[in-house]
Amino acid sequence: MKKNSLDKEVLLSRFSRLNLRMDGEELTEQETALYDRQIRVWGANAQRRLTKSHILVSGIKGTVAEFCKNIVLAGVGSVTLMDDSLVNEEALNANFLIPPDENAYRGKTVAEICCDSLKDFNPMVLVSVEKGDLSARSTEFFEKFDVVVIGYGSLATKKAVNEKCRKLSKRVAFYTVDCRDSCGEIFVDLQDYKYTKKKLEEKVECELNFPSFQEAVSVPWKPIPRRTAKLYFAMRVIEVFEENEGRKHGECSLLDLPTVLEIKKKLCEANTVSESHVPDSLLERLITGTIEFPPACAIVGGILAQEVIKAVSGKGEPLKNFFYYDAQDGKGVMENISNSFTS
Amino acid sequence: MDTQQQQSSIQGAKVLMVGAGGIGCELLKTLALSGFQDIHIIDMDTIEVSNLNRQFLFRRSHVGQSKAKVARDAVLRFRPHINIRSYHANVKNPEFDVDFFKQFDVVLNGLDNLDARRHVNRLCLAADVPLVESGTTGFLGQVTVHVKGKTECYECQTKPAPKTYPVCTITSTPTKFVHCIVWAKDLLFAKLFGDKNQDNDLNVRANNAASSSKETEDVFERAEDEDIDQYGRKIYDHVFGYNIEAALSNEETWKNRRRPRPIYSKEVLPECMSQQNGSTQNCSATDDDSTVSAMPLLGLKNPQELWGLTQNSLVFIEALKLFFAKRKKEIGHLTFDKDDQLAVEFVTAAANIRAESFGIPLHSLFEAKGIAGNIVHAVATTNAIVAGLIVIEAIKVLKKDADKYRMTYCLEHPSRKMLLMPVEPFEPNPACYVCSKTPLVLEINTRKSKLRDLVDKIVTAKLGMNLPLVMHGASLLYEVGDDLDAIMVANYNANLEKSLSELPSPVINGSILTVEDLQQELSCKINVKHREEFDEEKEPEGMVLSGWTQSPATNGESASTSNNENEKAVDVTESSSGPEMASKKRRLSETQPENDKKETENVESDDDELMEIENPVMVSKKKKRVE
Repeated sequence: MKKNSLDKEVLLSRFSRLNLRMDGEELTEQETALYDRQIRVWGANAQRRLTKSHILVSGIKGTVAEFCKNIVLAGVGSVTLMDDSLVNEEALNANFLIPPDENAYRGKTVAEICCDSLKDFNPMVLVSVEKGDLSARSTEFFEKFDVVVIGYGSLATKKAVNEKCRKLSKRVAFYTVDCRDSCGEIFVDLQDYKYTKKKLEEKVECELNFPSFQEAVSVPWKPIPRRTAKLYFAMRVIEVFEENEGRKHGECSLLDLPTVLEIKKKLCEANTVSESHVPDSLLERLITGTIEFPPACAIVGGILAQEVIKAVSGKGEPLKNFFYYDAQDGKGVMENISNSFTS
Repeated sequence: MDTQQQQSSIQGAKVLMVGAGGIGCELLKTLALSGFQDIHIIDMDTIEVSNLNRQFLFRRSHVGQSKAKVARDAVLRFRPHINIRSYHANVKNPEFDVDFFKQFDVVLNGLDNLDARRHVNRLCLAADVPLVESGTTGFLGQVTVHVKGKTECYECQTKPAPKTYPVCTITSTPTKFVHCIVWAKDLLFAKLFGDKNQDNDLNVRANNAASSSKETEDVFERAEDEDIDQYGRKIYDHVFGYNIEAALSNEETWKNRRRPRPIYSKEVLPECMSQQNGSTQNCSATDDDSTVSAMPLLGLKNPQELWGLTQNSLVFIEALKLFFAKRKKEIGHLTFDKDDQLAVEFVTAAANIRAESFGIPLHSLFEAKGIAGNIVHAVATTNAIVAGLIVIEAIKVLKKDADKYRMTYCLEHPSRKMLLMPVEPFEPNPACYVCSKTPLVLEINTRKSKLRDLVDKIVTAKLGMNLPLVMHGASLLYEVGDDLDAIMVANYNANLEKSLSELPSPVINGSILTVEDLQQELSCKINVKHREEFDEEKEPEGMVLSGWTQSPATNGESASTSNNENEKAVDVTESSSGPEMASKKRRLSETQPENDKKETENVESDDDELMEIENPVMVSKKKKRVE
């Protein structure tokens, strides 16, 4: 009996939401009741914009699972999931969207299983699966979305997708996220972005210009300020390593350390900085800690979701342009890295 | 982070979670994913629709069920082999005594009120179990670690108590919208629909004309067949018209204040308008209908819309009519409930009309509801981040990694590039009455104040005791408990009504009281000082408690009533200290001299120290703290 009424409720809410789409404006009574507490945080206008937004998410592990949970709860319009990897025991780690029932997940992809779980969190959000290779998609494919999030992507994929997003006349917000051991990196590219900020009692119009992914990861190291998070440099080393060796996120171990250190040496030389610029201990952590640390997933996934919500709603100052978290020192820092250092 | 030793301390740990709401759901999930296998969880609440935007373990079909139980079931679905024990109960219940707390390796709080937090703090101190505290409001969050003897306890820095307002401000001289809300909710609504036997300050006037007070009583009583519309207008005219005129007659009050203007129904609502809206009158059988609402009848759909005086007046009359027409049985027993739509409509309208009268900006129903219902605005992301931070601290506690304990602040805007800011915990406050047994000083009029005042305002409210005991020397003046015989209870009740100096063991200037809570294992000494006069505005309670190091007040408004009015207040928990509270305590890494600087400035230099750990001076000072 209960299941039937839930289905009916799901249908009704979807139907009423579709109606809403056509009217365009007011939040339904159901939405107002459900989102009451968050509307008190970011306002009804922001909530309306959220309900019309379309998010593409590629690469789902613990941190991205957290991110998806957060944006579904926030009430975005739709979430499209891309991850054709099959569910295995490793996928179960830190990903609470996958029930540990082999009968349920056998033969299914990670995206498919997560899709079912996510729908449950908020029947008003359209959650679907897109199969195939993200980097093979055309530029037009990305036009359907307002936000693109690449989790654990390769250097090549991140560059290519970012370029395609930037080619579109519609502004598509672009994010990458990567979590290893108990560290995390988020990258943000909102291109030319206008938003409102509260200054004292007034609302102020602001504008930021974000560098592309390509630019942000190719910035010469020497002019970058000393106190910049070491993770920035370490992640660039890892990116090169994975590209050179054809590895995916997490496909590495202590045995790879010599190779990684060699790459670090070359990069430091090319950038005319000393090798102490990138601590060996940090690199070692990143290649041995292949499993994500669930508390770090919650933290990084939370920050990422907040950023996406800000970008979609146009309200609040966005992160520009990297965020780093390291559970060892407990800091979550924003780093602004672009070619402006060299000028 | 995944060393063998860490994993085994996690796997063998027994953890208590207090609270299964916003933080609790995220925390239980993260604990389970992190490898914890023995988790107990206490929560007295049931699930509501407004929880579902963030308490993701719950579904619509769970509304009404126990949060602790449903959270447990949901998590077992993705970690079937761990042990989770849920308690649908109030953590202040006697069953959760010191022995109960002693069985745990760490206690993790995900609470939403100061009272319960203080209670848990005391039990953790008594049981010598580390406590990880936390709180979130909107985008702000914080996590703190409390280990007896090593760090501050939760109460070492005083947390501002929920804001109370002087009676005269509410009844006669409101200046803010929240004053109007309190008037509408605690006076007018209570007078009309609440317990008739309760004292009510509604008709307090400067000129206390004895003859007109009888008239007033008749005004609020509705005759059996009195036309509801007429009755509504009568009440309207009395509270917004007549009462204001009476207040205006006292020139003194308005010498330096803006005069309110009286408002009468006939000027706002011509007679014919109410006739058209007589739909309620045409209804037949008046069944109790708790979903009835005035807004749709008046064509008002959007709770965020700002209504003018006319619309507010229509809502006022209509809501009042609906209470009498559809919910008659409840009248005389109602208390304001933020989830009672009709009550919210009535209070909004009443507060707005009063605000109009006093020249205070009006507010929408949505805003008014937030203020009247003390609603805390909340999102899932902050709770998720804080939950991650809690687990990280919990693991440090289990590994006894004392050097690494941190208080972590989650900020909305980066401060020196940081969105997540870790800070070293402070040493215990030697003047904390909870963990360091400092005696307190109470200034009070021992001839006029009764024992009841002292018990209510000091022992229960300020000292946060749950089952208190009040002694003067060997004489037991008052106690609470299940095992008291009738004679003792009568004796205590009699004592409550006596003034302090008239008690069997008279309490006068220089007396020392001992107040205790056996469950919390907390004992305080209070030195009593007699004082004749108290400022009605600044000391509305008529007594002043002091003696422990105060944190300077925040902007004066606390989280409980002013979340929506005062968005700048960094009230991360329900009225708790955040990064903006200045600190006079010694930091553990003692390179900063004691000063009054804002804590964020302290953090600045401290942060530099954290980065340059090669500094030998730093290291030795750290060692000093730990041992």
